Amino acid sequence: MRILGIETSCDETGIAVYDEQQGLLSHQLYSQAKMHADYGGVVPELASRDHIRKIVPLIERCLADADTDKTQIDGIAYTSGPGLIGALLVGSTVARGLAFAWQKPVIGIHHMEGHLLAPMLEDTQAEFPFVALLVSGGHSLLVEVTAIGEYQLLGESIDDAVGEAFDKTAKIMGLDYPGGPRLAKLAEQGRPGRYKFPRPMTDRPGLDFSFSGLKTFAANTLRDSDQSAQTLADIAYAFQEAAVDTLVIKCKRALKQTGHKRLVIAGGVSANTFLRSQLDKLLTSLGGQVYYPRLEFCTDNGAMIAYAGLQRLKAGQADTNLKVRPRWPLTELEAL
Amino acid sequence: MKTILALDTSTEACSAAVLTPTQFVSEFEVCPREHNQKLLPMAEAVLQQAGISLQEVDYIVYGQGPGSFTGVRIATGIVQGLALGSDKPTLGMSSLLAMAYAVFKKTGQTRVIAAIDARMGEIYLAAIEFNEAGMFRYLIDECVCAPEQALDALDKTHSYAAVGTGWHTYETVLTSQINADINADIYLPDAASMAELAKLTATPEQLLSAAEVSPVYIRDKVTWQKLPGK
Repeated sequence: MRILGIETSCDETGIAVYDEQQGLLSHQLYSQAKMHADYGGVVPELASRDHIRKIVPLIERCLADADTDKTQIDGIAYTSGPGLIGALLVGSTVARGLAFAWQKPVIGIHHMEGHLLAPMLEDTQAEFPFVALLVSGGHSLLVEVTAIGEYQLLGESIDDAVGEAFDKTAKIMGLDYPGGPRLAKLAEQGRPGRYKFPRPMTDRPGLDFSFSGLKTFAANTLRDSDQSAQTLADIAYAFQEAAVDTLVIKCKRALKQTGHKRLVIAGGVSANTFLRSQLDKLLTSLGGQVYYPRLEFCTDNGAMIAYAGLQRLKAGQADTNLKVRPRWPLTELEAL
Repeated sequence: MKTILALDTSTEACSAAVLTPTQFVSEFEVCPREHNQKLLPMAEAVLQQAGISLQEVDYIVYGQGPGSFTGVRIATGIVQGLALGSDKPTLGMSSLLAMAYAVFKKTGQTRVIAAIDARMGEIYLAAIEFNEAGMFRYLIDECVCAPEQALDALDKTHSYAAVGTGWHTYETVLTSQINADINADIYLPDAASMAELAKLTATPEQLLSAAEVSPVYIRDKVTWQKLPGK
């Protein structure tokens, strides 16, 4: 079975062809980040306009790169939520139009399920059950995964997503959008120990997160400082250390609570090298293993949507109606 | 004679039409916020009623706008998918032109001023003159503007027909500028007019590939703000 995957939930147009036997045949990505940088964040209308300009040439390029004729495609998967409604509509309308013309099944995929399954695009795949930490600009979730579609929410952020806190703190510090990765880069120059940030919500039981206080703490620390280049790096270090430490503490709790030894991390923030090294240490100490997607599949991409679509279409699921779901709890998904 | 599939969701109306050498079938429904769920089933229904498949269509006409940004992108996105999947060429059709043509066809009035309420105190506007064969020229090119003084460029000695939501929202300010007969029956653009006008006027050079299918927003300056110095 060979699937075309289409992702347009935010500011990246991602297209991929995934084959059940041969694996990933091609994936193409167009990022709008540069365009949105001038506005300090994603402008939804501009995102939709750019998706509809780029999507067809990107699909054509992807099919050519995968050496795939349209008759070889057995189904189409597109991101139907959560995300920006106008952006989601572009991918979903094109996917449905294509499916109609090709007379092939089509399925809307939950964006976070795509992320959650992204580590399955690698050679070493996590076996079920496992705990997944999904961390991006829009989400911070801890989920127990017992099978595809069987997701129990263990905890989530009650305010900002962790990636959002990275981006907002970076903005406060004068870094360009998207600032999260820039903040992490700056933290490499920072010195441990100069500032100590709180670890929100770790002093009480539970697996929920809160990250908006860390951003405020960073703003106050910056305001009361000399704002030198070294100070900025030190603040970046302390912020990242606190955010990552908070995630690590909650992951440890989640693994203990569920009794699982496998941890999957995915989403844009899973590209953070400090987070990766800290989780590696944690799982080594627990005798378990961490699974990550490769760096290019941490952020939004079509490959993870094609992969998730393959699993669901193979199980006989398909959509009959064109729907997008800007808000869509992961726990509402159908199990396979 | 060509076989045409036409789809439009540029305004509150969702519509689809098939025009073949022997048949003309169409569907039209005012269903705001349901276009993404209704358009494709509607396209399937008109093809079925005409007894043809997508492969038998010569080209696909889409309502390119102006109108609702999201609405325009729904038809555009679906037509991109249909055209890419079936290797069919496409043709973009203006929502303002389609309404003007519908009035000309129904009433025989040759000069039509079409206006769609563009919100934010503005209208999408075009004035079009048709000859008896249905060929047309623009008296006012498509634009977005305030309704005040919008019709200054028109020759006031002629009589005009008027059509579209803009004429209803700004009736007083527009009718005070010109002697125009507001059409009471036609309110929104529809795919049937687009198909008919395409049949009359489209040339092979106008046909576009799937990758070239694009919305015409007219309003390109929207209320987002760049960061200082960008």
